[in-house]
This record gives sequence, C-alpha cells and structure tokens, in this order.
Amino acid sequence: MRRQVPLVITFVAGMLMIISYFIPRQPFGGLQNLFNQWFIVIVAFALILGALNLIKVNAEKIRRKRPGWGYSAVLLITFTVTVISGLFWGMEQETVFGFIFRNMFVPLGATMFSLLAFFIASASYRAFRARTIEAALLLIAAILVMLGRVPLGSYIWRQFPMLANWIMAFPNMAGQRAIMIGIALGTVSISLRIILGIERSYLGGGE
Amino acid sequence: MTTIIGAWIAAALTLFIFSFLYKDNPFYKLAEHIFVGVSAGYWVVYEVRNVVIPNMIEPVSQGRYIYIVSGIMGLMMLTRVLPKIGWLSRWAIAFTVGMTSGYFLVTYLQSHALEQVRATLLPLNSPNNILIIVGVLTALIYFFFSKEHKGVFGKTAKVGIWFLMIAFGASFGYTVMARVSLLIGRMHFLLSDWLRLID
Repeated sequence: MRRQVPLVITFVAGMLMIISYFIPRQPFGGLQNLFNQWFIVIVAFALILGALNLIKVNAEKIRRKRPGWGYSAVLLITFTVTVISGLFWGMEQETVFGFIFRNMFVPLGATMFSLLAFFIASASYRAFRARTIEAALLLIAAILVMLGRVPLGSYIWRQFPMLANWIMAFPNMAGQRAIMIGIALGTVSISLRIILGIERSYLGGGE
Repeated sequence: MTTIIGAWIAAALTLFIFSFLYKDNPFYKLAEHIFVGVSAGYWVVYEVRNVVIPNMIEPVSQGRYIYIVSGIMGLMMLTRVLPKIGWLSRWAIAFTVGMTSGYFLVTYLQSHALEQVRATLLPLNSPNNILIIVGVLTALIYFFFSKEHKGVFGKTAKVGIWFLMIAFGASFGYTVMARVSLLIGRMHFLLSDWLRLID
C-alpha cells in the first residue's frame, strides 16, 4: 500500500502523458489538461512545503538560541511580512508587497548574482591556466566570445564580433548539440525506468 | 517619499551584499537572511495567488469538484512534515514524478534528440556544415563509454572533447558577460538612482 500505490500512480500519470502526446483526442487530451492543472497545484504545495520546512528549521534555531539565531528571527519576520502583505493586500506595485518586491527582492537578487562576477573572475584565473590543449581551447573560446560581445572588442579588431558569432554558430553549436542529444537519451532512459517502476529512489527509504 | 525610502533600503542592502567581497560579516549575513525570507515569501504568495487560487479554489467554488483532487494531493505533500503520516506524501510525489517523466520522455526525444539529429543532417557542401557534422559525431563518440577510449576511437573522442571545450568556453564567456552586466546594473543603480552622480 505504502510503496505499491505510488508506483501505480507514477505509471498511470507517465503513460497518460505519453499516450496523450501521440493521441491528443478525447479522453486522453482532456485528461492530460486535467492532470496538468493538478500537477501545477501540487508543485505549488511542494513549494509551500519548502517554506514550512524553512520556518521549522529557523524556529528551532531561535528556540534553542543557537549561534546566529537573530538572523533566523530576521528571516522569519521578513518571510511573514512578505506573505501576509501579499496574501491580504495583493501583489500590485503600490502595495506593501510591491514595495518589498521592488526595493528588496529585486536589488538583493541582482546583487547576489552580480557578486558572482567577482568569483567567476577568480575561478577563471584558476581554470584558465592553459596547461593542456583542452584548457587552451576553453580559454580562447571564452575570451573571443567575451571580446565579441563588448564595444572594446570591435575597437581592438573589427572582426571580433563576427568571429564570436561564428564560434557560437558552428563549433559551439556542434558541442551543444551533442550535449543535448546526450541529455535527451539519458532523460528518455531514466524516464522509462521511472514509469516502469525500475527506478524507485524517489520514493525514499523505509516503509 | 516611499521612492526615496525604497532607494535607500535597496542601496543599503546592495552595499551589505557587496561587503562580502571584503569578508563574511554581520551586514552580509543580515542581507542574506532578508533575501531568503523575502524570496521564500514572494514565491509562496506568487504560487498561492497565481496557481492555487485560479487552478483549484476557483474551479471548486464554481462546482467543478474534480479539481479538489489536486488540493487533497497537495495536502498529502504537506504531510512530509509529520513523520507518522509522512508516507502519504509519496502519492503526491509519485504523481509529479510520473507526469514529469512522461512529459520529458516525449518532449526531450522530440526537441533534444530527433530535432537535433535532423538539424545535423546537412549537405557536405561547406566547411561550416562539415565542422558541425564532425563536431556532433566526435562529441557523441566521447559520450559513448561502453567502449574503451583507445586507438582511433580514443583519438576521435579526443576531437569531441575539443568541441565540447569550445562549447563550455563559449557558455562560460556568456555567463561572465551576464554577471558583469548585472554588476554594471547595480553600479548604475548606486551611482544614478541613489547618489544621483550620473544620469
């Protein structure tokens, strides 16, 4: 019951998606739409589960007064304010939620990712020491693409943008295409294993 | 007034995050925890307002009770936090895993395998076409691990690695440019919107 029913559910859901792709008529087409709507709602609940877990972990940290519990309190306060303002007063620009989105969520997200520019610079210094042909190719491709995408590149040599476009359109495309085909074959095989119940690790351990 | 307060809050948080470049410090930790709290809150509100309400609550309130199934399965997902009945969450997980597997099986086969193979079947009438065909074939040979990479097979796989390295380098270059572009955006915000030193 605890392990067999999930396997049946996986099989039925997976097979319906495959059948409805090849036979998009009723009843498969309608069922697929219904399942899709169920799916997005369940995924939303999964995200809510993640938020509940976040609350649990941080509340526990505050309760036990572990080091850094003050930060957990800040986290829970900002989470609560964002959720309450968004659920009760809407997500529009002029609401409290809109204010939080504009002045906290967007700048924090952008700055976090921009910070990676510095770490990428130090990582590339380590990675780009061209000791082998492979590392040299990676270095040259990266530098040419970067130079081809900034005004400085065309200022140094007018052909840099064209060269960057050629790298993107041909050697890069060939490599990306092989990766995509590899990913597709891997996805197809793992999907089949899951649908047929051979791969069961997603059910976790225990009864 | 709210615009000015908002700009100051955004600027302070931006500087707090950049302070990590010196070393880990309380200001960075504060901004980091605010970011986690606000992000989690944002996505919860977004999912509830844009997914749960229109796809479950509204249809059920209109008498289409079949949509309550997603709510029941969603609640089953939440049982994960209760150890005694946590096994119920497997039903919801099984449904999402099954749906994703079935969907990816056909779409990946179509878009990532068949379409890519079709696009590679090019006439051998230009150096660029030959380059693409050679690149795809050699890189695919590199991914074939059922045969030891020795002799001609190994050398062909080596050429495949070169193509893959160029692809990784190009992707890396693109990622760097995207991050630098974000950095320029933040600097522009600080110097223009906040300090008003530039237009």
